[in-house]
Amino acid sequence: MKIDWAALASVFGVSLVVTVALVGVFTLGIVALSKLSATAAGGASGGSAALARTGAYACFAACVAAVAYGIYLIVA
Amino acid sequence: MEHITLLLAIVVVTALVFDFTNGFHDTANAMATTISTGALKPKTAVAMSAVLNLIGAFLSVEVAKTISGGIVNENGLRTEVIFAALVGAILWNLLTWLVGLPSSSSHALFGGLIGAAVMSAGWSSINGGTVVTKVLLPAIAAPLVAGLAAMLATKLTYRINRNVTDPNQLKSTAKGYRAGQIASAGLVSLAHGTNDAQKTMGIITLALVTGGVLAPGSNPPMWVIVSAGVAIALGTYLGGWRIIRTMGKGLTDLQPPQGFAAQTSAATVILASSHLGFSLSTTQSCSGAVMGAGLGRKGGVVRWSTATRMFIAWGLTLPAAGLVGAGAEFLTKQGPWGITATAILLVGGSFAIWVASRRQPVDHTNVNDTEDTADEPQGVVTTAMAAVAVPPIGGPAADLSTTIPAPASAPDDTTRPAATV
Repeated sequence: MKIDWAALASVFGVSLVVTVALVGVFTLGIVALSKLSATAAGGASGGSAALARTGAYACFAACVAAVAYGIYLIVA
Repeated sequence: MEHITLLLAIVVVTALVFDFTNGFHDTANAMATTISTGALKPKTAVAMSAVLNLIGAFLSVEVAKTISGGIVNENGLRTEVIFAALVGAILWNLLTWLVGLPSSSSHALFGGLIGAAVMSAGWSSINGGTVVTKVLLPAIAAPLVAGLAAMLATKLTYRINRNVTDPNQLKSTAKGYRAGQIASAGLVSLAHGTNDAQKTMGIITLALVTGGVLAPGSNPPMWVIVSAGVAIALGTYLGGWRIIRTMGKGLTDLQPPQGFAAQTSAATVILASSHLGFSLSTTQSCSGAVMGAGLGRKGGVVRWSTATRMFIAWGLTLPAAGLVGAGAEFLTKQGPWGITATAILLVGGSFAIWVASRRQPVDHTNVNDTEDTADEPQGVVTTAMAAVAVPPIGGPAADLSTTIPAPASAPDDTTRPAATV
């Protein structure tokens, strides 16, 4: 009986890091995007709105890339 | 190409039935959190999951070459043994569905196979070490990994958005969580279709090879791929609502951020594990992720009584499916009448479980009800108590659950009389 501890450890590490990173980035994205609706209700100025929008889209792009990689892993 | 014998036809049909139960047993993995947080309507959720399962079945060309991945010595495995194994797996899947507990369909299949193989060829046909590395260790590791990841992710996401208080902003983030959760759930469905539909294709192909219809080492014919994909999609669409309720509402109360964290953790663990060479069960990863998300929110609770029942079901999966598989193999060994008897017992058993489930149906209309109703079917003591005790005025449901004070709302009251049957 040979237990592949290395594989188990890497599953542990990769899952933790990827999950936390993905959830963190996505949350940053939606929080940034939500500032825009607050802006519409009379909040921040135009410049910070553009910044928030760009940041949000960058976050979502990272998440989309991660999902695409996930689909690639399923197909491959 | 020879004729497909009656036995072979029975095995193919049984394998498709297993595929079907696998689909409806595992809908919960992808969609339970999505349904309970309200990200998708129940029917929409299962429909989406079914379509993705179907697509998943066609996605990969690398079909499972073995059923058990080395747990059972599959050389010279007779067709009857595969049939007996499937009987064990199907009955265990249906039984756990009846009591609404998520358990691994693959482990049920392994169990049935082990039981049938031992009955057929003795203990030497089992690889004890592989059982530990492929079943026992993953069963402990999966919920820990997924749970820890989901817990940390939940803490993080609540920390990042803790300053969001503006109502418009809250509405916007809620929409975001919904979208993220749906995407993660979609990934889980897709991965499930790919992995589990292919397991069935592997079984049917192996049976066809054993029966001499296909040459050894050949790929599954198109009709096998199509029928396996359709069977798992139909099962998914039917939806194992009992299990969805346990996973989505029974283990903990999920808010959209938690649902998103749990589902993302589950998707990541499933994909990472199957591609780093240490396969973890989808069901156990998802259940662990849901519990982890429950622990990650401040004030969140995990109902350990439900969780304990689930853990017990996981522990029983292998031996219980194994016993049924062994019994079925004992019958099929007796010759054609034994195979007929096994088939009749399978149909009769499935029908009995279905009839039992109708006594307290759970479907898309009441899937999100509170857990008191979900608790009752298996709690003999609880049922007896409910039948005997006079409900105290005002807080009728409080005595049913030891872990949380259930809200004394009207639905609890109306469901109560049903338990006294």
